[in-house]
Parts: sequence; structure tokens; C-alpha cells
Amino acid sequence: MPENPRPDDNTIICRCEDITLGEIRALIAQGYTTIDEIKRVSRAGMGQCQGRTCRQLIAREIAQALGITVEQVELPQFRPPTRPIVLSTIVEGEGNE
Amino acid sequence: MSEYSADVVVIGGGVVGCAVAFELAQRGCTNVIVVERGTLACGSTGRCGAGVRQQFGTELNCVLARESVRIFEKMDEYLDYEPGVEFRQSGYLILAFSDKQWDQFKKNVALQRSLGIDVKMLTVDEALEIVPFLNTEGMVGATFCNTDGFANPFHTTFAYGQAAKRLGVRIMTHTTVTGIEVENDRIKAVVTDKGKIATDTVVNCAGAYSGDIAKMAGIDLPVWGERHQILVTEPVEPLMGPMVISFHHDFYFQQSVHGSFLGGIGLPEPKGYNIMSTVEFLERMAATLKQLLPPLTQLRVVRQWAGLYDRSPDAQPILGECPPVEKFYNANGFSGHGFMVAPIVGVLLAELITTGKTSIDISKLDMGRFARGELVFEPSVVG
Repeated sequence: MPENPRPDDNTIICRCEDITLGEIRALIAQGYTTIDEIKRVSRAGMGQCQGRTCRQLIAREIAQALGITVEQVELPQFRPPTRPIVLSTIVEGEGNE
Repeated sequence: MSEYSADVVVIGGGVVGCAVAFELAQRGCTNVIVVERGTLACGSTGRCGAGVRQQFGTELNCVLARESVRIFEKMDEYLDYEPGVEFRQSGYLILAFSDKQWDQFKKNVALQRSLGIDVKMLTVDEALEIVPFLNTEGMVGATFCNTDGFANPFHTTFAYGQAAKRLGVRIMTHTTVTGIEVENDRIKAVVTDKGKIATDTVVNCAGAYSGDIAKMAGIDLPVWGERHQILVTEPVEPLMGPMVISFHHDFYFQQSVHGSFLGGIGLPEPKGYNIMSTVEFLERMAATLKQLLPPLTQLRVVRQWAGLYDRSPDAQPILGECPPVEKFYNANGFSGHGFMVAPIVGVLLAELITTGKTSIDISKLDMGRFARGELVFEPSVVG
């Protein structure tokens, strides 16, 4: 097996919005160096799962690029609801799920 | 001793601050520093509803929006921004639910048309042709402007920020303004947690925090923060063209290019800086959607958030200098429609700072109007 020290640029990082590692790396190189900024410019983390998969991966890329630890990467706010909800179920007396 | 010096310091890295900085640089004033506490578009800009409408009830709000639409139409080339700002003119449909409201809309539309904004008054049936699943119970009519639309607030701000940087503007993010030094009504410096910036000119684009910034220069500015919440759904195929607004329900809803629906509704709010989300908002939105756009309650909400309107007493922006302090310029108080007028506000503030004159007369929007008692209330605000 050849050594592969870094995952391939074509690896999908944000599955909801279909964003690759290469795209994330390019944005970091352009100066978008917080998870929030990368989310705002690319939609990574704005999809159905709200960043549950990509957030950690993006944090790791930022840490590597800036030479800091993952813990030092600014964390974005987690926003409600925790998982997608059908709006009609919220209307009083209308819930059926 | 000052660590930095600048001809102009712009406080606030939202869309207004970045537009002002870019337009200044365009006019040769390139020694500009933008100071932003967080990152670009992290405040009201990045939390806004993204709509761009020209259907207002005061002449100046109509004109500012109309001129901004002209800039939005060519913005990708104007700012040489490759990702694009995603401006789409899919229209605004504004619903009337009472005769009184319909009478106000007639006046608004007469004003808008006199200013060259193509707005149509529609019957209920005509509105149904545009949004077939609208529940028209109790509806009197609607107005429609097909050059209204929406743009991506993040990309718009980044586009201005990057274009400004290319012209030499320095953008200091993660930098908080802690004071403004003024002597004999002249600005000497802006003090930040990253050092002092010597300057004689400040543009206050701090949104809901503009009152706090003004206070640092000894100015009592009537601008305050007011929370407004938004939710966004999962993306679906194109179902609805225009933004739908009902002032009666204090409600707006639109489908973005991405396919998700996004909207908000007004709730009673105290003055303040609270941007937490509430369950009450989610319930009000769901109930109002069920009433107005019933099929859309089958969508899943994926996220909700809140941001601040920078409210002014008459819901119109505060633009220009505020004597006696010299060269302290305001561009704030937008009251929930700052994003959509930012392009022209950038132009006008830059004109004012570099030449002392503006191509559109904005003298009625100065801070002095409150002392003079010359308020012109904007009747068409959501929330």
C-alpha cells in the first residue's frame, strides 16, 4: 500500500451540501479561517445534519493550516432544532408524527 | 502613540461597512481601516432575511432601494466576484388583509410608480396565479414588483470586502473598538483591543451597536437593537417564485436559489442584544404558515436563528454627519432593511466623505431630524 499521509482532495467533507476537502482547503487558503466563515461562504454545515459530520473535519483542516490545535479553533453556535422537524407537527393540535 | 493610522476608520464589517470601505477606495481614498469585532457578516447582515425590495412607503426608502437594485443587477462584474452574489429578481408579493391596508398600499404604489418602480396592484385571483397554494381567505388584494428579489448576504459582504482589500483597504477582524478619542469636537483616534488607530474620520456602521459606538464619541444616537428570528427548511424543488409578505401577519417567507424556504415573523421584543432562538417563534411560524401557505407546513425546519434590527425611531436609516462632532458619520438605523440598501448607502457615504456632496439628497436622513421633529415614518416594515 502506498502511503497516503493526507486524504484526497476529492473526499466529500460535507455530505449534505456536497463539498470536498479540496474546496475546504482552497477556502482556508483564501483566508476563510473559522468554521463559521467557511459555512457562510460554502454552505458546509448548513444542511440536514447541521454540521454533525463536517464540523470536526473542517476544524482539523483549519488547525493544520494555521498550525494550532483543534481545541483552539473557534466553535460555531449549535442552532435549534437539533434534528429536522416537520412544521405541521409543531402546530397545536395537529401533531401526527 | 498610535499603532496604526488611517484617513477613515469604518466601524463594523457588515455589508454596510464593507460597501462604504469599497466605495471610498474606489474614489481614491484607500487608506481606510475596517474594524470588525468578529468576522465579516457575522452580525445583522449574516442573520438577515436576504430580501431586496423596492416596495416602501417613504420616498427615500424607495429611492435607496431602487438605486441599490441597479447596483445588485451588475454586482458580480462591478466587484469582480467570481462566486457571484446570487442576486435573483423573482419578485415580492405583498398581501393586503384589510381595506385600510389596501388604501395604504394604493398610496405606496402611487409613490413607487412615480419613482419609476414598476409595481402592480393585483386582485386576489391574480395573486393566486403567482402563488397557487396561497390561502386567500380574508385577503383583499396584493401588490407585486417583479424586479424585487433577494441576494446572498454573505457573498455580497465578502464581495465588497475582497474588492476593498484589493484596492488597499485594511480589514481588521476579531478587533473590538473600546473608545473614540475626541478633542474640541474633532476625532483624534479610534482605540481598539489591538491598538490605537490615529484618524480624524469615523463611519459608524455598527448596526444595533451603533448607539454604543456613538456614545464613545459623546453622541446620543437613537438606535437600538431588537431581536428578530428566522427559520430555514430543507431544500425542495422550486415551488414558489416571489417573496411573500403580509404586514397584517407580520410575516415573510421565500424560497432561496438553494431550494430551502426561509422566513420570519414579528414577536413583541424588548430593546436589547438578545439573539437566542425561541420555541414560541417556531410555533408562531408554523401556525401562520398553516394559515397562509398550508402545503409548506409539510416541510422540515432544519435550523432557526436570530439577529438584531438596528432600529431607529422612524424606521428609516440615519445617514451623514452629526454635529457638533466633526467627521463622525452614521450609516445605521436601517430597521430591518439595511442589507437591501447597502450598495447605494456605500456610494452616498463615500461621496459625502470625499466631496461633501451626495448624488441623492439624503439630508432628511440626518440625525438632526429627531431634534427638529421631522420624522417620516416608514409604514412598511415587517416585525
